[in-house]
Amino acid sequence: MNELVLIAVPLVFAALAFGWPDERSRPRLLPVAGGLHVVGSCWLLVHPPEPAPGLWLGFDALAQAVLPMISLLFFICSLYAVAYLKVRAERRNRLFVFALLLLLAFLSLAVQAQHLGLLWVAAEAATLMTVPLIHFSGTARAFEASWKYLLVGGTGIALSLLGSFCLGYAALNAGGNGDLTFNALAAQFLPLTANPTAEAARNSHPWLVAAWVLLLAGYGTKMGLAPMHTWKPDVYGEAPGVVGALLAGGTTTMAFVAVLRVKQVLDSAGDGAMTRHTLLPFGLFSMLVAALFLLGSPDFKRMLAYSSVEHMGILAVGAGLGGIGVWAALFHVWTNSLTKGVLFLSAGNIRRAANARNVNEVSGMAWCAPQSSRMFVVGMFAITACPPFGPFFSELLLMRTAFQDHSTLTAVTFLGCLLLAFLGLTRQVFAIVDGRPRAAARAMGHRFRETNGVILPPLAFLGLSLWIGLATPPLLTQAWTAAVQLLLPAP
Amino acid sequence: MGLNLLALASSRLPSVIRAAALQGMVLGILPLLLERQFQWLVGLVSVGTIAVKGFVIPHLLRRALRAANIDREVRPLIGFVPSLLLGAAATIGAVALGGVLPLQHEHADSLLVPGSFATVVAGFLMLMGRTKAISQVCGYLILENGIYMFGLLLLRLTLLVEAGILLDLTVAVFVIGIIMDRIQKEFDSLDTNKLTALRE
Repeated sequence: MNELVLIAVPLVFAALAFGWPDERSRPRLLPVAGGLHVVGSCWLLVHPPEPAPGLWLGFDALAQAVLPMISLLFFICSLYAVAYLKVRAERRNRLFVFALLLLLAFLSLAVQAQHLGLLWVAAEAATLMTVPLIHFSGTARAFEASWKYLLVGGTGIALSLLGSFCLGYAALNAGGNGDLTFNALAAQFLPLTANPTAEAARNSHPWLVAAWVLLLAGYGTKMGLAPMHTWKPDVYGEAPGVVGALLAGGTTTMAFVAVLRVKQVLDSAGDGAMTRHTLLPFGLFSMLVAALFLLGSPDFKRMLAYSSVEHMGILAVGAGLGGIGVWAALFHVWTNSLTKGVLFLSAGNIRRAANARNVNEVSGMAWCAPQSSRMFVVGMFAITACPPFGPFFSELLLMRTAFQDHSTLTAVTFLGCLLLAFLGLTRQVFAIVDGRPRAAARAMGHRFRETNGVILPPLAFLGLSLWIGLATPPLLTQAWTAAVQLLLPAP
Repeated sequence: MGLNLLALASSRLPSVIRAAALQGMVLGILPLLLERQFQWLVGLVSVGTIAVKGFVIPHLLRRALRAANIDREVRPLIGFVPSLLLGAAATIGAVALGGVLPLQHEHADSLLVPGSFATVVAGFLMLMGRTKAISQVCGYLILENGIYMFGLLLLRLTLLVEAGILLDLTVAVFVIGIIMDRIQKEFDSLDTNKLTALRE
């Protein structure tokens, strides 16, 4: 058993789903593949394979720190997807199931990629696989969202390719042998820090700066950092809730891993100050933009997108702080993704029950969809960092790191944005949940049925978010510590 | 580089597609010229590039153009003359930048770096300055061509990666084609200025 299984399993199931003749039973392939993936990644987490230097693929410490989360997220989402596709029986699901499984395969590939080029190829493939998922509903708005996603995401990914080439060229100038795996790159740049005025250092430095700018812009677009976040509200607003949860928890995590890996190379080249001074403002700006938009967004699924932008900002701040900050960011990757799962899935239920998306048209959902509304409210408190849920602990740790780091301004801005986001989110959520249901929702006749299939998965996410916060398994904390040690430049 | 300006100046979609295709074919031949002796892997990638960029993608685009049955004018947001001037300025800037950046000896006098930067900027101009979906796709292709050209500097390191890029690009254009088809059906036009339902 090795790490290739994690890529092979979803690929095999994707092929199987494509050839599967029956529309009704095809979605059941999703939880089977997801379950196998969870088993595989947890097994690898407990029995980590020996790291082999020079390989293009490897289940290294960083992959251990995030990939189990992606499999868990996918598994629970796939359970929801079965129920969801049953409700949406009028749409054909072959492409949807196929693309969902391929997305899992490419996410696993990208997180495990140890090679700059391979990482890019996997990230691009994951981007493309998302497109059919976004326009599943087939409405004009869904196509508009997919088009914007393709153009913005495509341009971002093109920039990161240019950045990858610049990084490769910097390595050539630094006397590299053409090995583009991350550890080899870091090792090639390490001698430069000792002697920053040497010719090799002077020749490679401009290329390194260019590479960082382009890669941060490129993978930052995929993460959804402001001001490259413009695709996010459109996509999260139009895509089915399952897809939103996977994008907000899976694809963005992959992009964050990419940023961390590039940062590792740059840090070992002695440009740690530069990465810090770009990531911190980027992160804080994202938080601020998201918090301001949260105050005004009238659509409750788009609201979740801005919340995601905010949390990507938090991750960037964590990565910028370095050391324990990165640890807290990895912690936050878990808490944020799992909590986002609650929100996206319950928002999907509410959206179906209300048959509307605008805050002005939706109210009284506590009456129409009581269980989903309850979870939506609790999930909202969890994501705005109320104890005892996971995000509270990860954000608290980040705050502490910022204060210990004497970045008081960062910490204060961070807190202010959190407060604004809290105000924006609570205002919207209670506007949806409270009040009397609109005539339109009542006139729908058939009330939306809250079956176990659509209630239990978000509930499971809620439980996981609570569990990760209150009793973080030592296995995970060890994995995060190992990942931070991997990312710090060798002394 | 002249092809960038041609693409920026063209007022008709088929000629924009032709410019992008021609550029792709030139790019396909370049690695063969750069390598002193013939290697079969280089040859393979170069044949693949010519086939994909020169024939497959333009064919897909032309088919989309026919299927969508749209009028063939480009309709720029940034006019032809300003975009030509901007493109020319970008070319000059790229040559200047290529002179400043520290390059390896064997690349010092080649025009690859300025050429690729100029192409990237021209691609961006087309992406931003045109409203038709197909001209935006052509802009994206030109942007991609520029990046690919830069990748030739690292020829020996990244051949496999280039193969992956080609594959991704083909799928991308395929997906784009399908989406364009659907947008056409839904909105009865490929003018992206009409995609305005989603905003704050």
